[in-house]
Amino acid sequence: MTHFNEMFESDQVRSPYAGLQAWMNGMPAALRVQKQAEAEALFRRIGITFAVYGEGGDPDRLIPFDMFPRVFTHSEWGKLERGIKQRAKALNAFLTDVYGRGEIIRAGRIPANLVYQNEAYERAVAGFVPPKGVYSHIVGIDIVRTGPTDFFVLEDNCRTPSGVSYMLESREMMMRMFPDLFRENRIAPVDGYHEALRRTLMSVAPQKCQGDPTVVILTPGHFNSAYYEHSFLADLMGVELVEGADLFVDGEYVYMRTTEGPKRVDVIYRRIDDAFLDPLCFRPDSMLGVPGLMDVYRSGGVSICSAPGAGVADDKAVYTYVPEMIRFYLGEEPILQNVPTWKCAGTDDLKYVLENLPELVVKEVHGSGGYGMLVGPKSTKDEIETFRHKILKDPSNYIAQPTLSLSTTPTFVEEGVAPRHVDLRPYCLVGERIELVPGGLTRVALREGSLVVNSSQGGGVKDTWVLAE
Amino acid sequence: MLSRTADNLYWIARYMERAETLARLLEVGARMSLLPTAQGFRNEWESILNATGQTAAFQKKYDSFAQRNIESFLFFDRDNPSSIASSLTAARENGRIVRTALTGQVWDALNTTFQELRQIERTPRSQLELSRLTDWTTKQTAMLRGAIDATLLRNDGYDFLNLGFAIERADATARIIDVKYYVLLPRAGVIGAGAENDQWAMLLRALNLNRAFHWAYGGELTAHKIAHFLILNPACPRALMTCGQEIDTALKHLAQLYGRDTEAQHLAQGLLQGLSAATPEAIFEEGLHDFLTRVIRETAALAGAVHDSYLSGDM
Repeated sequence: MTHFNEMFESDQVRSPYAGLQAWMNGMPAALRVQKQAEAEALFRRIGITFAVYGEGGDPDRLIPFDMFPRVFTHSEWGKLERGIKQRAKALNAFLTDVYGRGEIIRAGRIPANLVYQNEAYERAVAGFVPPKGVYSHIVGIDIVRTGPTDFFVLEDNCRTPSGVSYMLESREMMMRMFPDLFRENRIAPVDGYHEALRRTLMSVAPQKCQGDPTVVILTPGHFNSAYYEHSFLADLMGVELVEGADLFVDGEYVYMRTTEGPKRVDVIYRRIDDAFLDPLCFRPDSMLGVPGLMDVYRSGGVSICSAPGAGVADDKAVYTYVPEMIRFYLGEEPILQNVPTWKCAGTDDLKYVLENLPELVVKEVHGSGGYGMLVGPKSTKDEIETFRHKILKDPSNYIAQPTLSLSTTPTFVEEGVAPRHVDLRPYCLVGERIELVPGGLTRVALREGSLVVNSSQGGGVKDTWVLAE
Repeated sequence: MLSRTADNLYWIARYMERAETLARLLEVGARMSLLPTAQGFRNEWESILNATGQTAAFQKKYDSFAQRNIESFLFFDRDNPSSIASSLTAARENGRIVRTALTGQVWDALNTTFQELRQIERTPRSQLELSRLTDWTTKQTAMLRGAIDATLLRNDGYDFLNLGFAIERADATARIIDVKYYVLLPRAGVIGAGAENDQWAMLLRALNLNRAFHWAYGGELTAHKIAHFLILNPACPRALMTCGQEIDTALKHLAQLYGRDTEAQHLAQGLLQGLSAATPEAIFEEGLHDFLTRVIRETAALAGAVHDSYLSGDM
């Protein structure tokens, strides 16, 4: 399989990377090693680490950082931006619809059971419309590239996509280590993200809020693998980082416990799952949530971002209908394409999938983080057979996609510079307005030939440049 | 400020101060162990351990008061919640939780300490001189203090840090004096002056104050002078009076900031007034041990009031 190399087309350097060739060639191995060590020391000192669930080992493990930037031209980004915003808009329209009248289902454009029987569908919020009709305030859309103009959406993340701190810190790191690059290239800044995020969160203050809304970030706590990001964002926005036990419900409102007594909270940017939000409404054994929170939410006393129930839009089976949503709600054609997907729930699709397992990527409908998936071309016969049995046991739990020929970008490796596969996760903000900073998180599969970029599977990150006009 | 944040800040300071106190005690122990043993003296390592109040826990795990065991227990032992390694780790963990309330430099001081500690833990013990460990510890705590003073906003968070430092230090000073209280009791020349002088000097050294004492008082060491210096002299950085003043200042600032007085301010005033009214004569009359026990109890009550009024979030 040949892969699109974002820097070299045959032997020519593609225009977005023109500014990097001299830099790459002018970097002796010793300097590269020294800079890499410098970057690692900085990351560790700042405390940017990523604990991997269930792996034990070093809780202070660093996400590998690759110094070779990934670059988009202004016009490439323009198309991506339009496509991302379009998608974020349609996903929110879909959520408003399925917790309301369900027009898209009545119109027969998406099967009712896929929505209403979905584990992520929250009956508890049916009929309630959150402020500004926004359910998913931060939409992370995973995009892969297969050619000069071919971009595909791999999946949508409507709940609490993580990783934006790496986007910001990677840029910080590059500017600190290679200031000349930023003088020589016109690179659009990403440091407006936290301002835009705060604007977004404040714009969805609840009905009963008077004056300036008080925003907090709700974290499961410092043992969570993304805790660094939670505290980083709280710090940038100048808002409190709270845990469930810091909040309590009294009457119609939510308060946080402060040294000056209770203080009312208006908007909660939560980084915990629906199931843990409120032990009275969801999982009764949750120690992370706030008893009574959902009652306050439904009576307009507090906003929760993303809204409980938003997960029904980023299900991998619902994903296949997003182009349909765009046509239905916006009357537009999708700017970004979906990856062709077979739903194992359908008999014909299942038959095709089982016959072609060695060529396909099979994923669990609710899975995330690169866990529980089969990459056909990279698997042994035994692994494929084991997976076949898993699919047969519960076909509706799986979808399959062709193995995409992911683009590569030059990446620093042991021997020098070599192409490695990458994807892209931009973070689209939806509030009163829809905003997108020019950039995102580029994840890179550091192992040669690997297509799995998830940080939980040993992937690394890169700075992502969008060149100004 | 979130009550939990205030709580974390307060404990960062307490843990760092605790680590520093232990490092200083270890330093004294090492020094004493280099002196020729005088007749009838107790094992100094044991008295160092007594000052930490952990002799029982130590004896459960180790069979002798050998220096290596003491070092293991007081510096490295993760089973000992007050060991230097445990304290520095706990301080950093508290810091990690409240990153948003710290400046980059303060976090850097906490985190660098932790990262270096992990290096030290991986180093063979044969390459680790005790003096290197104690120097390193006091340097790290000084770095944290410097970062706090140079970069942190003078807001409530700063007050909670200072409360933590001052309360922990008051408790440590009172306990250290208490362990040696018997050597300060004025006696009519029963024991040879030489032996008593050594003990006093050691007490000052334990608080890293032997030179300061001579600058402040000059002349011969006497029990009264030493008691005055360590308990009542506001010029002495570790004196109970100084700690009391620092506690009072932080609490006054909080009361002003929040517009309300609490039980904590009330108790701090009581502690300070008690110290202001005291004289060395009165202290020895009450009985040094009884006086110190009372101060330790009052400090604990004050710490409890700080917790209830600010840190628990239940008000």
